[in-house]
Amino acid sequence: MSIASDLAVQNQDSMELVFKQVRKKQKIKSFIKGILFLSPSILLFSVFLFYPMLRTIYLSFFLTDASGSTTVFVGWQNYINLFTSPVFLKSMMSTFLFVLYTVPVTVIISLFLAVIANEKLKGVGFFRTIYSSSMGISVAAASVFWLYLFNPSMGFLNMIVEALGFEAIGWLTDPAWALVSISITTIWMNIGFTFLILLGGLQSIDSYLYESADIDGAGYFYKLRRITIPMLSPTLFFVITVTIINAFQTFGQIDILTQGGPANETNLIVYSIYREAFVNYQFGSASAQAVVLFILILLMTAIQFKFGERKVHYQ
Amino acid sequence: MEQVELIDITKSYDKQKKVLNEISLSIEKGEFFVLVGPSGSGKSTLLRMIAGLEDITDGTLKINDKVVNHLPPKERNLSMVFQNYALYPHLTVEQNILFGLKAKKVSKVEQQERLRETAEMMGLSELLSRKPRELSGGQRQRVALARSVVSQAPLCLMDEPLSNLDAKLRANMRVEIRRLQKRLGLTMIYVTHDQVEAMTMGDRIMVLNDGIIQQIGKPITLYNEPANLFVASFIGSPKMNLGKAKFSTDYKQLIIEGVLPIEMDPLSVSERLKDVNLTVGIRAEHIFSGMEENATHYLEVVNVEHLGNETTLAFDIGTELWTAKWPGQWMINVGDKIPVRISVEHLCYFDSDSEELLKAATAGKSQEVVAI
Amino acid sequence: MTMGTGKKLIFYILLTISAIILFAPTLMALVMSFMSNQDILTGSLPTSLTLDNYKNAFERFPLFQYLFNSFVVSILIMIGQLVLCSLAAYAFVFLEFKGRDLLFYVFIATMMIPFEASIIPNFHIIRDLNWIDTYQGLTIPFFAMAFGTFLLRQNFKMIPKELKEASQIAGMGDFRFYLTVVLPVAKTSLVTLGVYGFLTSWNMYLWPLLATTNDSVRTVQIGLKQLQTQEQLNDWGVIMAGAVIVIIPTLILLFLGQKKLQRGLTEGALK
Ligand SMILES: Nc1ncnc2c1ncn2[C@@H]1O[C@H](COP(=O)(O)OP(=O)(O)OP(=O)(O)O)[C@@H](O)[C@H]1O
Ligand SMILES: [Mg+2]
Repeated sequence: MSIASDLAVQNQDSMELVFKQVRKKQKIKSFIKGILFLSPSILLFSVFLFYPMLRTIYLSFFLTDASGSTTVFVGWQNYINLFTSPVFLKSMMSTFLFVLYTVPVTVIISLFLAVIANEKLKGVGFFRTIYSSSMGISVAAASVFWLYLFNPSMGFLNMIVEALGFEAIGWLTDPAWALVSISITTIWMNIGFTFLILLGGLQSIDSYLYESADIDGAGYFYKLRRITIPMLSPTLFFVITVTIINAFQTFGQIDILTQGGPANETNLIVYSIYREAFVNYQFGSASAQAVVLFILILLMTAIQFKFGERKVHYQ
Repeated sequence: MEQVELIDITKSYDKQKKVLNEISLSIEKGEFFVLVGPSGSGKSTLLRMIAGLEDITDGTLKINDKVVNHLPPKERNLSMVFQNYALYPHLTVEQNILFGLKAKKVSKVEQQERLRETAEMMGLSELLSRKPRELSGGQRQRVALARSVVSQAPLCLMDEPLSNLDAKLRANMRVEIRRLQKRLGLTMIYVTHDQVEAMTMGDRIMVLNDGIIQQIGKPITLYNEPANLFVASFIGSPKMNLGKAKFSTDYKQLIIEGVLPIEMDPLSVSERLKDVNLTVGIRAEHIFSGMEENATHYLEVVNVEHLGNETTLAFDIGTELWTAKWPGQWMINVGDKIPVRISVEHLCYFDSDSEELLKAATAGKSQEVVAI
Repeated sequence: MTMGTGKKLIFYILLTISAIILFAPTLMALVMSFMSNQDILTGSLPTSLTLDNYKNAFERFPLFQYLFNSFVVSILIMIGQLVLCSLAAYAFVFLEFKGRDLLFYVFIATMMIPFEASIIPNFHIIRDLNWIDTYQGLTIPFFAMAFGTFLLRQNFKMIPKELKEASQIAGMGDFRFYLTVVLPVAKTSLVTLGVYGFLTSWNMYLWPLLATTNDSVRTVQIGLKQLQTQEQLNDWGVIMAGAVIVIIPTLILLFLGQKKLQRGLTEGALK
């Protein structure tokens, strides 16, 4: 009897041990499994995002040769040069102006379109498709369209301007107008995406909110101001930050429409990086610019994460 | 033979609060075992530990006399039915039923054989090519059952499988599940928070509260001899009438809630009832209607519910609300003072402090025996 | 609620005017692509419609080659993204393991690094791998995508955990569960992500500009730029024909998938 119970106790202990081992093994197994599922993404992120970003920071402290190998360590010199260079300062200035020109207008127009396209009217699907169409139009194609529209002699815009009795405008050649022209193109291109997101946001607002407002006898604009806009604020916030980030990353329309000119008026930051790196082969200084871009976008995303979603809603 | 045995099973998610505390029990082969308890008491957790979906923090779990703590679910040879049925929405009924067999690489011929048999048994033969969303709640439930039946696992676990169905269908399915279990000789562990389900289906019931076993026993035992105040008020509908009670100094009377004196035979009062704070309980059906001659009390009715075949009445007893359940239809109005008969042999005695049962009702038992 | 006729009319007028203004550039390009050079130069309305511009565009440029390259690149990226994002999303939703939360933050962190800011070393990597002018150089850097992972994660989270548990009891492994249950159940969101991936890949500009030096894998966007720089002087009809060819696949895709895209993007962005 006592031997049997002794055995049982021993058994118990050895079982405990087995459990522990098995549990440990399972933990390791599930860890490996998780990593296996994630490894393709992690690998590619490491190779094509994290490493290049670190390398960019590293490069920004060096001079390089034309193949991109580092030659001389220069410390902060690249940055000092940047912030004393009138060309780069101008580029920063243009970038910020560009954000200022494009973001509010894009959002307001898209919001307007989303609101009118959210009504339950016959055939509204057709209009939605039209409004979102620019999302399917590539930078290259859109730039070509506008290149023609901006054409000083044949362009449609100048035809209108002249018909109205004004002097023809050098849309892409006049330093006073070039950035505006690029902005117009960009706004037109961005509307498709922002419209689609905002429309989605509008449609996810519960209809009972409107129904109860109807019962209270609220007017159209009252509902717009008191229900639609507040309920839409998370979406609006998202759209604004995404549009800002996109604006910082603008490249294609510059490359086709102005190549940064005239007089560096439209030399936005990504174009400036591109030119510095792949035209002038100044990889160190280009990297320093890239780091500046990185910090700008980091700030924007940080703001988005911090104030995103819920909070905006209850402002 | 014991199919499932739990020895001091404990569970904690965060190493601080124990969700389940030293649960020990054994379930016989072919038994319909019901786990019942209020929401959050740890029923699902216990079931999922048996299934292997949740780690066992401490203790030993045996299935068929083999320790299985460390085995993954698929090696425990059991089936499980979930509250939301867990049907694969993109598969047809047939594919859903065969899902597990495919995973286990059962031969095609046998798959078809078992499918046909099960579908027939469950009345699903007509529905095999439908998708789950084209089925009614009851039909989905049946598919979920079929999936478990077709696996031919000897142990079946169910977690509140009927709670998404309407009352009438639920009553039907109760019978169906019960019949199926008996017919296939399944060992069933069935979780519910509905005590009616527990009472009507279980061979044995375990009442769980806050991760602690309150009582394990046959439904009738739980009803007649609730081990503590929790079981007394959880099992039975309406719940057992409870009230604080004190003996008069000469033990000729027991005074409930200070307002309801019950005549006692002083000699029958056992010593252990004398020096504790008492709570007594009485079932609603044991507060009988009294005639003028045998009424023990006159109570003022504060509410009347007519259920057709029976009538429930409510009274204020001190701070408690008591109910009486009388067969038949009684034309009684709120505010009437009516004669009732409450006798001492129907009282259960509890210790108010430990909440444990001290003495069960003596009359209840003999009555049930007669009924059989 | 029904709307008064007057109010309806106002909405229709607003809708129509907006549509005309917004669609004018596209419509103009479309019309110009069928106009003779004569009509374009004189600025008159089209007097006759012709397919000459398209013929010229295809004759003078390897447009077929460009289109083919773009299709290959876009489809490769789309598939790569679907595979990688769904695998990662599966791990975040259905697997529990040490370090999962940390890795999730890593994914979030990737959203803070713009590709443009790391483009210089990326170019060097591709060059050192000898991947310039190859399909892999154009596609592989874009396979991993945090946004897509989050979008799918949102959708996978709506799959009841019990499905996983039921298949665990049935003895089905994770990979088979992923293949046979999760992917089919989340089909809609995969389509959404696929459409989105195709659209953005098709429209990619900066990277193909850097990673291609000849026509062998050059995409149609860069082709269009070449067309434009070489024809700049006056053959606008040909340029517009090229542009129309470039946008047709994406417009069709957008028209077909607009509803899904709208729902999917809003969900992925906001939940
Ligand atoms: N994954 C988890 N992490 C932490 N605590 C948990 C987890 N799952 C359950 N719990 C806790 O364990 C306790 C028991 O939960 P369980 O789901 O077993 O209750 P239940 O009896 O099934 O309730 P219900 O009837 O509502 O289904 C609850 O207090 C719950 O909060
Ligand atoms: Mg539960």
